[in-house]
Amino acid sequence: MEIIKINKKDWNGGLAKSRKAYRLYGPIRVADKYFSEFGALAEDEVPDMSATDTRLSPKSIAFPPSEVMLEYTLDENSEDCNIMKVPEKEYPHRAIIGIRPYDAAAYLLVKKNFDTSEVRDPYWCDAYDACTFIGLAVQEPSLLDFSTSTNSGPFDESGLDVLLVDAGDSYLAKVITDKGKAYLKAAGWGKEAGKDAAGKIEALKKKAEAKIQSSVSFDNIRQKSVMELFEADFWEDTAFACMNCGTCTYVCPTCWCFDIQDETHGKKGVRLKVWDSCMYPLFTLHTTGHNPRDAKVQRVRQRFMHKLKYFMDKYEDGIMCVGCGRCIRSCPVNIDIRNVCQLMNG
Amino acid sequence: MLAYIDKIKEISGKLLKDGKVDMVIGFRKGSMPMMNEPCFVREAADVQNLVWDSNCGINLANYLAGRKEKIGIIAKGCDTRNIVTHIVENKIKRDQLTIIGVPCKGMIDRRKVSERFEKEIIEAEEKNGSVIVKSADAEDTLKKEDLLQDNCSICIHRNPVIYDELAADLVEEQKDVDRYADVRKIEAMSAGEKWRYFEDLLAPCIRCYACRNACPLCYCPTCFVDESQPQWVGKTLDPVDSRTFHFLRAYHCAGRCTDCGSCVRACPMGIDVRAFTKKLEKDALDLFGWEAGMSVEERPPLDTFKPDDPEAFIK
Repeated sequence: MEIIKINKKDWNGGLAKSRKAYRLYGPIRVADKYFSEFGALAEDEVPDMSATDTRLSPKSIAFPPSEVMLEYTLDENSEDCNIMKVPEKEYPHRAIIGIRPYDAAAYLLVKKNFDTSEVRDPYWCDAYDACTFIGLAVQEPSLLDFSTSTNSGPFDESGLDVLLVDAGDSYLAKVITDKGKAYLKAAGWGKEAGKDAAGKIEALKKKAEAKIQSSVSFDNIRQKSVMELFEADFWEDTAFACMNCGTCTYVCPTCWCFDIQDETHGKKGVRLKVWDSCMYPLFTLHTTGHNPRDAKVQRVRQRFMHKLKYFMDKYEDGIMCVGCGRCIRSCPVNIDIRNVCQLMNG
Repeated sequence: MLAYIDKIKEISGKLLKDGKVDMVIGFRKGSMPMMNEPCFVREAADVQNLVWDSNCGINLANYLAGRKEKIGIIAKGCDTRNIVTHIVENKIKRDQLTIIGVPCKGMIDRRKVSERFEKEIIEAEEKNGSVIVKSADAEDTLKKEDLLQDNCSICIHRNPVIYDELAADLVEEQKDVDRYADVRKIEAMSAGEKWRYFEDLLAPCIRCYACRNACPLCYCPTCFVDESQPQWVGKTLDPVDSRTFHFLRAYHCAGRCTDCGSCVRACPMGIDVRAFTKKLEKDALDLFGWEAGMSVEERPPLDTFKPDDPEAFIK
């Protein structure tokens, strides 16, 4: 596999050059704060390559908190009256610079829902297809990182087009896909790294993985029946502290549930796709007034069962979690998915 | 405050053993630095899981509304004021509760600690009014008083206002505290400046409602933002809708808010949600001489009527 060496002196220049063909996204340091957020970079802005996990995940690039799906008019004088129309949307090439490998891997998990053999969500898929993921390997994993045990990891290439590895005064860029190769070309980076580059990346990967202190196991969850887990006696204790604030689902890179809302202003209106959360009572409220998940404990159970059991069973794959640790960090009452996974697996 | 825990365990264990309560609500150790998790204990043997330190900022009154059991609850000053509010508002009965009062010297704002370090905090240990913090590449001893939640540093009700047991001697209340310097600053702004101030304040809001859910006052069976027939508020990040939510929520807390700081603590985006509620808390004090949650005997000013009301329009 091809590895390109990017001298850090050529980094900003290359980014600027690539802007001719790509819209750039990356971690942006929040002014006077100790964290960064993922977003579209302004004209002269460079990504914060020293960023730790962004506070919110980068999922919003393809899954914004609210997005117009359809437009309509209620004006009876218009020939389009009451007809839902897809607005014109443009999906220019976007390069997602410095995305964490496990955040990019999360896109693949979300893709399983938005791009199936039966349905294709055009909004998510078109935005995703326009993306080229230029990931940055994580060499200083956080205390809450358990990505190596979720089939991902700090150097996971599965969701990336290029994997950048910080090698001091240069980045080693491992080309994973043709899309990635095209981006590097657009940035003018083409100098082949030496023969020892692959070995160096491998060594740094081993080093980073060894620094990860926490893990989850879900082998037994696979074997257990849904009903056994559903009726387990730990849910009341697990759910007690939860305030149903939904923060975990909003910061999660793999939570993809959404609501559909119509908003009408005067005679014009839009149909929107907006973030939703299984933590909210309204999420499952039926028009009859019945709510199958009326109690907090049911909603907390749903979140963990979906992530750690239903998803695994439905797609015959791993869990719907990449181990970034954001939900643990942001939870105001310290509910820890690692502990819940352990209880379920136990 | 660290020394309180033995007494808390002793009282809790006895209450459970004597069958005076079915459960004790308190905190257990969290899985990351500067965090504890609200929990309940039903067996006397399990009281050893309880912890108490300066990372117990969550208002436990939030866990009481609508419960049917006999409950022992570990409560700081602000928690007890919200328990009073719950009793007054019929969300829990006084005789269901055994309140284990904890005199408080303020809770740590973990964001203030994180802000002082370049890298992630690995460990934080509290010792004699100091916090020894280790990050991935540095170690420092910080004064706890510099790390307090904003509401704690101006708190004038650190002692429980209602209790059945006490985990420690009462602490001295803070005196000569200027509680409303920040509110006065906003009051002095022109209309345009106020508008911009609140626009900037709300810009990061993701409408997750963590502030509402962390608030012990927000127990409406269906919050107005969750009403769907009719739907009062849009669900996008449109500033009009974010504003509507925050302003209405704040007004609903007028004369009820105890400034416990739960909303700020819970906000994942670090918004100073107290900027909304505090003005109303100040008004309740200025106009009615009212501090919420101080007595189970008195009705809140906004749900009482007196024939000798000074305002002519209401007579």
